[in-house]
Amino acid sequence: MPTVLERLNAGLQHVMEIDERVYLLGEDILDPYGGAFKVTRGLSTRFPERVLTTPISEAAITGIANGLAMRGLHPVVEIMFGDFVTLIADQLINHASKFRWMYNDQVRVPLVVRTPMGGRRGYGPTHSQSLEKLFMGVPGLRVLAPNSLSDPAALLESAILQEEGPILFVEHKLLYTCPVLEIGKADLIDLQFEKVSDQYPAFIVRIAGVPQAHLTIAAYGYNFELARAAALKLAYEYEIFSEIVLFSQLSPFEITPLLESVNRTRHLLMVEEGTQTLGWGAEIAARTAEVVSNFKCARAAALDLPIANSKTLEDMILPSAEKIIQMALELVK
Amino acid sequence: MRHVAIAYLCYNSNSMTHNYDLYHQMLLIRRFEERALAEFSAGKLFGTTHAYIGQEADAAAIFEMLNSRDIVWSNHRCHGHFLAYGGDPYRLAAELMGKATGLVGGRGGSQHIHWRNFYSNGIQGGIVPVATGMALAQKVQKTGGIAVVFCGDGTLGEGVLYESLNISALWQLPVLYVVEDNRYAQTTPVEKGLSGSFRARFEAFGIKTFELESSDVLTITPYAEEAVQFVRDNSRPAALILHTYRFSAHSKGDDPRDRDTIAKIRAEFDPLTIQAARLTTIEIDQAESEVSMVVDAAFTRAHADPFPVL
Repeated sequence: MPTVLERLNAGLQHVMEIDERVYLLGEDILDPYGGAFKVTRGLSTRFPERVLTTPISEAAITGIANGLAMRGLHPVVEIMFGDFVTLIADQLINHASKFRWMYNDQVRVPLVVRTPMGGRRGYGPTHSQSLEKLFMGVPGLRVLAPNSLSDPAALLESAILQEEGPILFVEHKLLYTCPVLEIGKADLIDLQFEKVSDQYPAFIVRIAGVPQAHLTIAAYGYNFELARAAALKLAYEYEIFSEIVLFSQLSPFEITPLLESVNRTRHLLMVEEGTQTLGWGAEIAARTAEVVSNFKCARAAALDLPIANSKTLEDMILPSAEKIIQMALELVK
Repeated sequence: MRHVAIAYLCYNSNSMTHNYDLYHQMLLIRRFEERALAEFSAGKLFGTTHAYIGQEADAAAIFEMLNSRDIVWSNHRCHGHFLAYGGDPYRLAAELMGKATGLVGGRGGSQHIHWRNFYSNGIQGGIVPVATGMALAQKVQKTGGIAVVFCGDGTLGEGVLYESLNISALWQLPVLYVVEDNRYAQTTPVEKGLSGSFRARFEAFGIKTFELESSDVLTITPYAEEAVQFVRDNSRPAALILHTYRFSAHSKGDDPRDRDTIAKIRAEFDPLTIQAARLTTIEIDQAESEVSMVVDAAFTRAHADPFPVL
């Protein structure tokens, strides 16, 4: 089974093969290094003219990619660590996401910014964050996060070639080494899937052959790994059955599949690795409460602290499968 | 000064028409901006504007050297650039009014316009890498066009500008960085906002740099020509630093600068007065009459247009 990283690499290679308008820009992306996380490995050897290694200038390379996109090319920018998206905020918020609307639909900005987010590798306060929440709700900007359930290559290829507006493509560092799941195999043997929409699919994941679920777990990206482990343990050890609603598109997003699930379960637990206050889960809860009455909810998120270097502290700060289980037990009791 | 001599050689042969065209161009910008300011004062316009009054010679000189393949990025003070690009004063007036017939349907307003290969945005510095990226697009698409981006002295405080200079020099991109130093970043005089030299900022990156201090369009023209030609011929970046004066406030009003000083500067450095000295009274009257009609028609027609809806 290929890993998420291998599929992302394959996806980039495929779009560069089939479309000469695709350009990659980023720091240290040339072979033999191939990028800090190796997502671009091999590409500069195959497409030396279209893989551009850059100085450490995140704002400028994103701005340059904006210019390329507006003139008919399909640039993909790699920001080496997601923490550095603060440096490109002006280009995403005041330039890329505004141009099409501000210029009355007379331009297109097919720009993809890929970046690894997330902690659990001991990189400390400025190389471990999940900052995507800062970019959710920005009009004109789409935020996507691959997961192990749908092919990351397909998601990335669609983002690069099928879009007319800018995309922030958030890759969790721990997801890179996860195998892309095959339905019916390994720990998925007891799970059923319902796929909602095709381009950036959401999934409702259920445990097969069990009574009605009483808990909905909302998650995206790597947190699906934690949510899945927690859901299986809750089922096997506590006989608490849950449905996981897994999102690929974080902003803007279609909440209907989640509402349908909460209408059935009446309990909602959001799992995210960004800080809890004013986060993704808060929006999910608000949107749900606008439509569904009489449900309980809770959020498993990072504590409102910088992420510590020490593993013991980092584990306390970030959500884990065990924390999800404890919060679920508290929520449904 | 060699360049000035060349300019006179070039243009003396048909100086009557050419001088008239340059004057006409600058006068159109002047009267458009005056009308916009007057309408703001009279409460007929809403929002904000940044007048180009005093700097008209820069636009008149540079846009002469550009062609339809070239890309232009302008900033908050974009009306003069847009009109010199050949943009329609009526569509611009309608945009200032937020009308559906405006350049971008009333969505952008004074600072955020787009027409053909002309773009503007109201963020200092942020347009510089975008223009640099468009220069890369010109290069890889082999269009033969260049990109030109207008900055002010104040923009030199923004870090992303220097990131862009570094990359355009590394990648040999056909982009011309124009700095219009009007000596004030909003209200902050350049001596409180800028250390070191203008020129050295660009030359540090190995960027060919042209610099002059003039409000005379005929003095600026040969520098603009050489700078544009350098970028076009070599597919490499260049900088054109133009020290100029802004006679009106940064925005609509509220100018804390000494009025007498501004009046003295205006008396000496008004690009229209300088150029008018090369024209006959009949030509000056004719230009005034034509431009007044165009500007009045633009604003009158735009006022009658509908507002947009979502």
